[in-house]
Amino acid sequence: MDPEITAIVAPIDRIDVDTDAILPKQFLRSIEKTGYGTYLFDEWRYLDHGELGETKVRPLNPDFVLNQPRYADAEILLCRRNFGCGSAREHAVWALHENGFQALIAPSFGDIFANNCYKNGVLPINLSEEDVDRLFVAVALHPGYKLTIDLPRQTIQTPDEKVLPFVIDTFRKRCLIENLNEISYALAHSQKIREFESRRRAEAPWLFNSFSE
Amino acid sequence: MPRTLYDKLWDSHIVYAEDDGPTLLYIDRHLLHEVSSAQPFQGIRQAGRTPWRADANIAMADHNVPTVNRKNGVTDPISLVQIEMLTRNCEENDILLFDMNDRRQGIVHVVGPELGLTLPGMTLVCGDSHTSTHGALGALAFGIGVSEVEAVLTTQCLLTTRLKTMLVQIDGSLQPGVTPKDLTLSVVRKLSIGGGKGYAIEFGGEAVRELSMEGRMTLTNMTIEAGARSGLIGVDATTIDYIDGRLYAPKGSQWDMAVKAWKEFRTDEGAVFDATVALDAGTVQPMITWGTVPDMSVNIGDRLPDPGDEPDKQRRSLFERAYEYMGLKPNTPVTEIKLDKVFLGSCTNGRIEDLRAAAKIVKGRHIAANIKLAMVVPGSTMVKKQAEEEGLDHVFREAGFEWRDSGCSMCLAMNNDRLEPGERCASTSNRNFEGRQGQGGRTHLVSPAMAAAAAVEGHFVDVREMEGKSGS
Ligand code: SF4
Repeated sequence: MDPEITAIVAPIDRIDVDTDAILPKQFLRSIEKTGYGTYLFDEWRYLDHGELGETKVRPLNPDFVLNQPRYADAEILLCRRNFGCGSAREHAVWALHENGFQALIAPSFGDIFANNCYKNGVLPINLSEEDVDRLFVAVALHPGYKLTIDLPRQTIQTPDEKVLPFVIDTFRKRCLIENLNEISYALAHSQKIREFESRRRAEAPWLFNSFSE
Repeated sequence: MPRTLYDKLWDSHIVYAEDDGPTLLYIDRHLLHEVSSAQPFQGIRQAGRTPWRADANIAMADHNVPTVNRKNGVTDPISLVQIEMLTRNCEENDILLFDMNDRRQGIVHVVGPELGLTLPGMTLVCGDSHTSTHGALGALAFGIGVSEVEAVLTTQCLLTTRLKTMLVQIDGSLQPGVTPKDLTLSVVRKLSIGGGKGYAIEFGGEAVRELSMEGRMTLTNMTIEAGARSGLIGVDATTIDYIDGRLYAPKGSQWDMAVKAWKEFRTDEGAVFDATVALDAGTVQPMITWGTVPDMSVNIGDRLPDPGDEPDKQRRSLFERAYEYMGLKPNTPVTEIKLDKVFLGSCTNGRIEDLRAAAKIVKGRHIAANIKLAMVVPGSTMVKKQAEEEGLDHVFREAGFEWRDSGCSMCLAMNNDRLEPGERCASTSNRNFEGRQGQGGRTHLVSPAMAAAAAVEGHFVDVREMEGKSGS
């Protein structure tokens, strides 16, 4: 995400939303890293059953919140506790990202899901249940409701100038802001990895056996 | 200072740690499957890199493979591309692959332990949340996303932070007719679906020590259903006996050296956990899930809960939605719930002990007339073979079950095995999320014995009433 964004907030008012719901399994058959956006919340968003690669125009479910025009340009998703629990599929984050979501706010997230968010430049923000409750009310009351998220300062600002601070791991923050790549970071320590490996080989040689039968 | 099992596993894999920063953790074993590997391989190809240590990786096709007529290949063109891509990537990168016709093939979390690829004291990761399963062998095992799969392929390390530790102490003994799956479902209910978040959970106590390795793996498998990435069980004689003689287990003098090292991988007396939860195994009853989250479960003798009794407002509304999705009414006795399909399999309950337990119930009996499909999908090709040697396939076939080839199958319904909208299924898998087994499908998670009993009766029934009685 950009270090600072001001964007429309869309609400998903449901606890324990699992990654199967965010992106159903049939789309995991793709070998690509993109092309998941149209399938976000597929079973809730459309009235018919979706399959990978179909191009026909699909009937939208008018009752699904993200289908409301007021949320069409949303970039912040307001969620309930334990959002993104379940399967490790990173595709769920790709689908959110392709739909323009840069940040998610919830009382808590699934561990693997939150991890996957960071890897894709999507910021998962934990706020208290009370703060999240208040935001749900505000979003419902005010069409076009926007929040400003300032990552360097670690704050969320509401339209009525309230400032909600949030906590983020220092290293993760650095990764997001500097667009730091974890693989490059690890490779910069190649020598240490090699040293560790030779120690380990001596201590636990059975972990280095080859698998020929 | 006394240390927990998690502390020992963590400390012994630190490559580098920045003060106040993340830890570069060494990964001993990396398991790959077709669904979460295409993008990482593409990533390393684009970056012009190669795997750091190809021989630390083992790949197999499981999620998406057909469970019938496998010799004819994969008929679905999209799945075919994905499975062929795995083959190509493994060939290119010199990684050992068990393709779908290999005798070692199966669900990654069944195959790892059964081949001796999963060993105590190691770190093991896989692009799949149920990697927690392998922790039953005293290994630090957890699921990772696709980006992390690429990182492990490229560097043999993960940049990660230490988890908090939780002890789930399970004393007492399971009553006759109550299975490890029932214990597991009651642990998930007790912790709730998010209760283990941020923790590595170690299972201890008399009841855990009494479990077989298969039972222990059922327990650690569903740790992720309580939100925890890792489940752990300390090494004891059961662990060592299980590994002894496995295809890739260490042999000869290496074996002696390994066993000596492995015995250390248990929590020291007096080690402190960040949280402790206690449970009495003696109170556990056969269970089923009734809702759309794995912690929505009840005992077989109970009625379905009244959302009105639920104090938490959000949970109440989730209950209401779950009732609507599941097509059920509060206060219904569990035994009145009728079924359309029965699925026996998955990385939770697709092991030989599970198939034996189910076969015991169906032997000499037949599935009820209202059951449209009852299928057994062994967790691995080796489990299948073992079961056939014991004649279990005949028992199931004679009872009206289909006997399939190994894979994930209807646990997540990526292949053709799925529920149709509105169909109700007794399933031995781990997730009952909306649409998990097919759009509009309704999943009830149960033990293999309970699934078998439900298949015979056509509705849920307390399996203890059938055990001991012989089939008609
Ligand atoms: S059996 Fe089910 S839970 Fe296990 S790895 Fe396969 S899809 Fe995942």
